[in-house]
Order: sequence, then structure tokens, then C-alpha cells
Amino acid sequence: MSTGAVGRAYPRLEGAAKVTGTARYAVEYPVDGVTYGWAVPSAVVRGRITRIDTTEALASPGVLAVVHHGNAPRMAPGPQPELRLLQEPTVHYRGQYVAVVVATSLEAAREGARLVRIDYDTGPHSTVLTDDHPGLYKPDQVNPSYPTDTAEGDFDAGYAAAPVRVDVTYRTPAYHNNPMEPHATTAQWHDGRLLVHDSTQGATPVRATLAELFELPPESIRVVAEHVGGGFGSKGYAKASVVLAALAARHMDRPVKLALTRQQLFGPVGYRTPTIQRVRLAADTDGRLTAICHDAISQTSTIREFAEQTAVYTRSMYAAPHRRTTHRLVRLDVPTPFWMRAPGECPGAYALESAVDELAIAVGLDPVELRIRNDTAVDPDQGRPFTSRNLVACLREGAQRFGWAGRDPSPRAGRDGRWLIGTGVAGSSYPARARPSTATATARPDGSFLVQINATDIGTGARTAIWQVAADALGVPPERVEIRIGDSALPTAALAGGSMGTASWSWAVIRAAQALREKLRDGGPPTGEVTAEADTTEEVGGQPALPRYAYGAQFVEVRVDADTGEVRLNRMLGVFAAGRVVNPTTARSQLIGGMTMGLSMALHEEGLLDERYGDWVNHDLATYHITGCADVESIEAYWLDERDDELNPAGVKGIGEIGIVGAAAAVANAVHHATGVRIRELPIRLDKLIGISDLA
Amino acid sequence: MKAFRYHRPADVAEAVAVLAAEPQAAYLGGGTNLVDLMKLGVQRPDVLVDVTRLPLDTVEELPDGGLRIGATVRNSDLAAHPVVRRDYPVLARALLAAASGQLRNMATTGGNLLQRTRCVYFQDTSKACNKREPGSGCAALHGQNRDLAVLDWSEQCVATHPSDLAVALAALDTVVEVHDADGPRDVRIADLYRSPGTHPERETTLARGALITAVRLPPLPAARRSTYLKVRDRASFAFAAGSVAAVLNLDGDVVRDVRLAYGAVAHRPWRAYRAEEELRGRPFSPELAARAADAELAEARPLRHNGFKVPLTRAITVRALTELASS
Amino acid sequence: MQGGGENATTIDERHSSRVTVEVNGASREVTLDNRTTLLDALREHLDLTGAKKGCDHGQCGSCTVLLDGRRVKSCLVFAVTVDGRSVVTVEGLAGPDELSPLQAAFIAHDAFQCGYCTPGQLCSARGMLDEVSRGWPSAVTGDLNTPAKLTDAEIRERMAGNLCRCAAYPHIVAAVRQTAASS
Repeated sequence: MSTGAVGRAYPRLEGAAKVTGTARYAVEYPVDGVTYGWAVPSAVVRGRITRIDTTEALASPGVLAVVHHGNAPRMAPGPQPELRLLQEPTVHYRGQYVAVVVATSLEAAREGARLVRIDYDTGPHSTVLTDDHPGLYKPDQVNPSYPTDTAEGDFDAGYAAAPVRVDVTYRTPAYHNNPMEPHATTAQWHDGRLLVHDSTQGATPVRATLAELFELPPESIRVVAEHVGGGFGSKGYAKASVVLAALAARHMDRPVKLALTRQQLFGPVGYRTPTIQRVRLAADTDGRLTAICHDAISQTSTIREFAEQTAVYTRSMYAAPHRRTTHRLVRLDVPTPFWMRAPGECPGAYALESAVDELAIAVGLDPVELRIRNDTAVDPDQGRPFTSRNLVACLREGAQRFGWAGRDPSPRAGRDGRWLIGTGVAGSSYPARARPSTATATARPDGSFLVQINATDIGTGARTAIWQVAADALGVPPERVEIRIGDSALPTAALAGGSMGTASWSWAVIRAAQALREKLRDGGPPTGEVTAEADTTEEVGGQPALPRYAYGAQFVEVRVDADTGEVRLNRMLGVFAAGRVVNPTTARSQLIGGMTMGLSMALHEEGLLDERYGDWVNHDLATYHITGCADVESIEAYWLDERDDELNPAGVKGIGEIGIVGAAAAVANAVHHATGVRIRELPIRLDKLIGISDLA
Repeated sequence: MKAFRYHRPADVAEAVAVLAAEPQAAYLGGGTNLVDLMKLGVQRPDVLVDVTRLPLDTVEELPDGGLRIGATVRNSDLAAHPVVRRDYPVLARALLAAASGQLRNMATTGGNLLQRTRCVYFQDTSKACNKREPGSGCAALHGQNRDLAVLDWSEQCVATHPSDLAVALAALDTVVEVHDADGPRDVRIADLYRSPGTHPERETTLARGALITAVRLPPLPAARRSTYLKVRDRASFAFAAGSVAAVLNLDGDVVRDVRLAYGAVAHRPWRAYRAEEELRGRPFSPELAARAADAELAEARPLRHNGFKVPLTRAITVRALTELASS
Repeated sequence: MQGGGENATTIDERHSSRVTVEVNGASREVTLDNRTTLLDALREHLDLTGAKKGCDHGQCGSCTVLLDGRRVKSCLVFAVTVDGRSVVTVEGLAGPDELSPLQAAFIAHDAFQCGYCTPGQLCSARGMLDEVSRGWPSAVTGDLNTPAKLTDAEIRERMAGNLCRCAAYPHIVAAVRQTAASS
């Protein structure tokens, strides 16, 4: 039945379009009579606009209009308060978009935006997260719907009674997603219908949001996202660019292209909250965990609650009789934090996997072995067996491939000239989930097939993976299958996020293909087109709630300049167990991409907030460093052949996020091994290590 | 960005004349910094005078053994020049350590020397900056100042000069050839840059409208043994967290001549005269290099977030000199 | 010849210029606001959207094109300054019937994911390989007086001006390495 397309390393279907520059992104479609929108951010943190003077801006050549709360088309409340832009004079955080200048050219729009004069009444603000902030509170749940706190056994007693204890606090700064393509939209209204080309991870949810905001039936709105220049969570929902572009286009009754500037991406489109995480671990002298506690503090805004699920990772990763996790939140005068690659798991694993390393040292046990000793077949949180859990296999294979055996655990044991060499390890896990989707499959008289689903390819290789799955499900060579994605006019589907795209989309595609084959079997060879559709809502909803997780083990070797404290990556190696791998080529790219982003988190990235101004002052790519080509000397990703029948018809677990989980801990653990210095506040830069230098 | 007129002068005299006649005019070289700042609204010229097609793009070996480098010679061409690579490795290394391949293909010699600070407060017109807007205050002094000065700053400004090239040229006692309304003249690079003092908006001693036409490297055989060490927060494509340009000439083990300059520590490329004095005439040792750096850095006044620059600069001084001594 | 359009009419003559430039082998003539960058001229006036706007400040490399054969960041070049010069964009890298070896290698090595930085990576790699063939050194070249050998470390350093948030870096290095070896 299967033609064996799944599992084969096909190159990306859109590869040629991307290397020739013909793949069009959101603001690259030619549009007659187009105008250019430029967003104007608030220059105050908290306050109220008392006056907007647009005289100068409107007098500037090429400026057509200034859209602001005083003249913008009205919108309904909508699902997310921060999208109610240009509706009221209130400013909730610095950088909130308070106007859009529309002009006949980008140059005129930029200058017009500079010439808008805005007066504000301002109030005091609070923008810095601290562990003793008076506003700390306990949210009702954490993202997306986990319990806020959990407890089993008696942590305090278990901890107090243990012979080995670790009590450490880790801090992570704000991280900014920074996809290479800024959030950008082309919006056009025609006869009351709205067409947008948007840079988004999900055209279906964007359409739903626009329908609510503009009080239109979803059928009146079409959202196209054929090619998307990355998102990493920040485009997981409708964002300011699409709302502002649609508002401005309606105000103008002309098409509007609006791309946020790089600087404007630092905050208002979401970011990973800073965290303060206290982790306490207790173990017996054999390294078996007896008590685990993870207390996480993060921030949200005054207008919406987003509670990063930082400690959720700790609930299921390692077993212990006494466990507790808590989340506390502070509402600050900041933009609302949002998803960034593995929200919760990423910062949480940094803390837990670092603390486990500290525990291994305290016990005097190899950190790989300590993790193996604390493996569990039963989810400590749910109390049910994992559908599959190959953490130990990942650790063992990783250790073997990396050459871990015989490692001298003493800090500063490795040296190569002026470089101190160290190695580190961390575990990884990420939940394997799926969401309902719909798809259609069509047989054409010429023997070809068309599969349609509003999936989004943000660089994951989704288009190619679904195509492979569809070919196998239809039982035909993939060359005979055409795939269409990235358009809300196609059958609605889950967004590209939460590492559940392939699981969700392939589920619907397989069911549609099966339905089509059923139809064709009944009716013989088609004379016209025959289409079948599938909706997995019931099937996905009816799936038993079992603990389903992907796992991984990450190994890192760093070198630290003994004179200057500079940290460089020698090599990074990950082994993952993530169900069936549909396309080894694109899977490897995603995994190393996640690992590299973890490296970036460990060594480079840091949003520097200036409390007086309430914003991140290093809001560009020259001052907010992300890992570059020269930083990645060797990085390898492998996976185990894993079958798990409790997942979804394609048997996939999702790989977009697990690569980043634990990666920063592995780097930090390696830095400790190299230097003997434990940096518990990321990023690990030379200023924190210069103390090791004999020359300094 | 304000609309601007564009002028392509036929010769240097015309370029200087346009600047003299236009109160808000600017020379456009490679554009890597000016275009950036114009987009940010930090610089708002009415007229751009494009000097890139003036005949200032050659590197010329001088009869005295020195080198004249035209102001519009691109950084990449200069770094690749065989004489620079052979006789002034400190200069080639400084150029190659800067920015990226694309930017080095664009950036000019003159423009590089006159680039503006990368202080984030200077670059953001919504924040206080005396350099950008005299009298508005210095937000960086008590702000996020990890990248900023430890030496010679003032209450009005704690910015650093971002150039790598300028640090090497400072070590080489370069002469800067300028042309202003009064005609051509020479300026020693030591006299080119200003301390911020109470007027951080004045970054050089050049008259308004002066055009750098060339830089002249004096003959310096000792520079064959020279290097540039740059420390960055990522492996490449980043401004310096610390840098040192060093030329060392030993007679046996005695330091006969030494030139040292630091980047990333002050409003100007920082020639380390005190350290040189400490070194000159003494038998070289890493300990001596450390003492020399200490002498230079004794007056450092770190800000809240940049205390690391003092030990870092000390460390790279010792390393650079020790490497040169043993090469 | 298209371009200019309404854009050119909104700014007066003193602040605009007639610009003639060869783009991918064809002469193009367009009246532009002097403020228009080469990147925006390509994208908004010449319908060449291959070159990407990632940061607009020369900090990411997505806008890299070849100007008179050299790689530059087109977001920091005013289009008026390239009058009479020649530009090659990603759209001009391929032959009439087939991809260039570099483009084919990018596909073969999966040297991109979202593809947004890719046109800049390709133009940068093209320009970089020419620089290597001219014997230019880099920051990681040991001996400045002999032509650098194109090691992986050299490729990484020379491609450092092109950021990729998807982090296809090792695959980019492999694609460039293969292209260099086969040319």
C-alpha cells in the first residue's frame, strides 16, 4: 500500500523557488495602487494620549493619512486585548503601536511616522521582574491550560531528610524570537471582503481573529501565507501587523503593505518572558532523586495574562516520591510575553537540567548515569505509563556517538593550549500532541491527485512532509501528488506550532486519502474529479489522555579562552526519539536549528531592559546577538527508530521544539566542566568568566 | 528620513565647496553607518555629497617607505593589499576583524575613521543623548552601559569609538590628510579625535565640512611584527568587547620600540602611551606587559556594567605582546 | 521598462533622480526618490523581491546582492549612488535553463529552512568565493602573506555576515564547500 515516500530524504518542494528568489513572502505580491503603512510606536510606557498632531506628517510629500485612535475604523473587542489597536488613547506598554502612517512610498511613510507628534499623560510604571516584586500572584493556570502548582508526597520533609541536596536559582533574560522575516502583511478590501497576505504560522486562526475584530463572516476573509520567513512562535497568532494593515487599508479604501521594522519586533509581537527559577533537588547517596521542587517566576502584561509554563517540564521528566512545582507571575507595564520555541520546556529544562548536573557533582556520579538512574516508565505527573519513553536510549546512544565514556568529571580537567575544554550533557523532552484539522483529497482523471489543507510551512518542511504522507496514504508515487497549503481558502487546519503541525495535518490528510480510496474503490476509475474530505475533530478529541512525549539527549563540548573568558562551541550532538521521521533531511535541519537556538540562548541572547524607558534598548540585530555562522563549528542530530502506536496515524511526535529543550543546559554544564565556574544567569558571556583569567 | 538632494562632485574642491555652502550637508562614503543613522533619524542631512567616485581610491607606496591610502579605498581592498598584509599586519587584521565581508566591501577608509558610536542611546532618538542632542542628558551613564567607556568619559557622555581600523591607525602614528575650506592639511591621528568632555557632539578636531582625502602611514619596519587582537561576544560580526593593536620591536629581549592602542574603552581609539613608556627599554616579559597595562588602566573608571573591560584589556595586552615577543 | 509609478511623482525633482542601472544583465531606468535604497528599488520598483529585508540596517545580510561583482548589503546603498553600475540579485544567479551549482548545492544540502535569508546567503557565497579566488585573507587566515585555503573555518568566518535564525549554518557551509570544490 505504501509507496515508501515517508522516511525518504526528499529535497524541499519549494527549494527551487527559494533559491531563485521567486518564492513570494507577505509583502512581495505585486498589488495595483498599493500604499505603504508604517507603524508608530508609543514613546511612553504607561499613559494616555492627550493629543495627536498630524499636521506636519500630513504635509510631508507622499503621506496620505495618519490612522490613530481618533479616526481609525472601529473594531469589536476580539480575543486578545493587545490586538485592539488604534481604538483608544490608553498606552499599556512602551512600543505599543499608536498610529499608522500611510503613504505612497516606504520613504514617505518612514518620514511621516517620524513627524507624528504625540502628547501623553504618563503614570508611574514597573517593568522589571524581581523575585520579591509586590505584584507576584498565582495565576489560575499556565500556558496553555496546565495546573499552576502541583504537589505529591511531602517535598519539605523529603528534602530535609535527604543526604544530598542542591538548592539553586537560575535566571534567564527576555528573549526575542527574531524570525528573519519581520511580521508583515499586505491587506486589501474589495467589496467588503478582506484579502491579506500575512507572515503567520496559521492562516486559519488569523482569519478567525480578523473575523471577530472586523465582525465579518470568516468566508469574507482570505488569509494567504504561502511562504513564511520563520516565526518560532511569534507568528503563532494574529499579530499587530495584520491588524494594522487591515485597519489602514479599510481606512484608506486602498491596499496597504505594512512590515514592522526589526526594531519594532522587540516586545510588541511577543517574546519569551524573563524567568527566575529556584530548583531544589534531593537525592540519596546513589543519586536517586527523592525530592524535586521547581518554583518559577515570570512576567506578564497588564492587559493579558500569559503564564509561561516554566516548571511543567519538571513534572514529568524525572521521578521522585516528593515533588512540587509552582508558578508565580507579575503583571508589569510591558508587552505581553508570548510563545517562543518550546515555551515553558525551554527555560524550564535549562534550570532543571543544570540543577541535575549540579546534583550529579554533589553525589559524585556521572551526569549521564544519574539521569539513567532516575528514569521512569510511568509519568510521575499523570501516574500513567508513557506511550513511549526512550530517554535512556537517547542518552546511551548519544554518549557513545559523542565519546562520553572515560570523561574526567573534574572541572578544568581538559586543556588545549590556552583553551579550557569541557563537556556537558542534558536531557530533553517535549509533549507530542495533535489538534483537529480538515483536509481534502482529489483524484483527477489524468491519474494525479490533489491534496489540500491549510497547513503552513514556516521553514519546517511541512509542505514536503505532508506531500510524502499523502503519497503513501494514497498509495501512489509522490510525483503524482500535488499539495496545496498556506491559504485559509483551503480546508481549515491547525497552526504550525507546539510541534504538532505534522501530527495534526498528516492525520487529516491520511483520513482524507483513505476516504478517497474508499470512494474510488466503490466507483471504479474516475471520469471526472472525485474528492473526499476528512475532519479529525472527533477522532483527535476522542483520543485517550495519555502521556505522550518525545525525548532527547544533548551533548556539548565547549572551549573557554583561559585568558579572556570567551566561550566557543567545539561540537554539539543530539540524539532524539521523536516517533517516525517523515523526512530525514528536513528533520535534521529542524533539530539542529533548535539546538543552535539553544546555543544562542546559552551564549548570546539577552534583551536588556532599561527600567527608566521601559523597553529593551538593544533592539536590533547588531546589539541583540543571535548565533551566527562562525559560532557553529560542529553540530549533529541523530534519532532513534521509534514506533509508537498511541500517537497519530503517521506515528510522528513533532521535532520543531525539542532541539532547543535542554540545549542551553548542556552548554552551561560544559562551561562549568571547562572552568569550574557555574553561571546561573544566562547568557554566559566573557564578562562573567573573565575572573578565571590569569592575565586579567 | 528627510528628503535630501544628491550631489556627485567632480573633484575634492567641489565636494568641499558644496559642504561649505550647505549647512546640513554630509559626505556619503560607503554608507554603512550614515545610511543606518539616517534611517534612524539620528542624522538628517539636506544634501548628500557622494565622494565615492572621487579619485581617492588608490593605495600608493611612498618614497620614504610609507603608504598613502586614499580615503575611498574600501576596507576589503585595503585588507587584501599585499603591502598592507606584509608590512602592516596590525592594519590588515584590524580591518578583517571588523563587520562582515559585505560591509568591508562597502566601507571606506575615511568613513570608517569618522563612524559614530554604537551606543544604543545615541542610536535611539526617543532617548536622551548629549552627543545626538546636546543638553538632553546621557541616558547611558546610568543605563545599560556594558559596551561603553571605562577611560576618559565624562558625565555628559560615556560612548566608545567603534572602529577597529582607527585603533590600528592610532598605533601606527598615522597622518590623516584632510581638505577643508582652507585647503589641504595634515592632521596627526593623535590629534584627530576628541575626548567627550562637555561637548560630546564634537567628535573630531576637524572643521565642519572637512573631507578626509587620505591617510598616510609612516614607514615603520617594526610594524612587520604587529597584530590586532579583538575579543567579541560572538565569534564574528560583532563590535569589540575589547581590542588591542600592538607593534613590538625587540633588541634581544629588550623592548626597543612598542606601539599599543586599545579599542572599545574610550570615546577615541586609545593610544596607550603610558604602557608604552613602561615597556620601552626594559627586558620583555609577560609580567612587564601586565605592569604596563596596569599603568595604562590605572585611571579606568568602569561603569555599572562594564567593569570586565579593565581586566579584559589587561589580558589581551599581555597576550598580544607576548605573542609578538615570541614570534 | 516599468517602475517609478506614483512613488516617483510624490517627491519633487530636487529630491529625486533618474537612475540607470544594469540589473541581472538588463539595463533598467527608473526615477527614484533619493532616499530609496537599492533594496527598496529592487523590491518596490523593479519587482525583484528576491533580495530580502530582514533588518534594513546592514545587520542580517538578507539583502545581499552583487554590485559590480562584489557582495554588498543593498539596504545600506542608496539606489541613486549605483547609477551606471551593475547589480546581480538572486534572480540573476541561475542560468536560463538550470540552477547554478551553488543554488543546486543549497537544495541538495538543505541549506535553508524558511528561505528568507537564502537569497542573501547565495549572493554572499557567490561574492565570497570570488574573494577567495582573488586570494583575499580573512580574520581566521593564519598567514596573511599566502592565499587562504578554503577550510570550513574560513567559510564560517566569511559567511558570518549572513544571519540565519533557522540556523542552517552547517548546511550552508557544506553547500559552499561543495561548490568551491567542484569549481
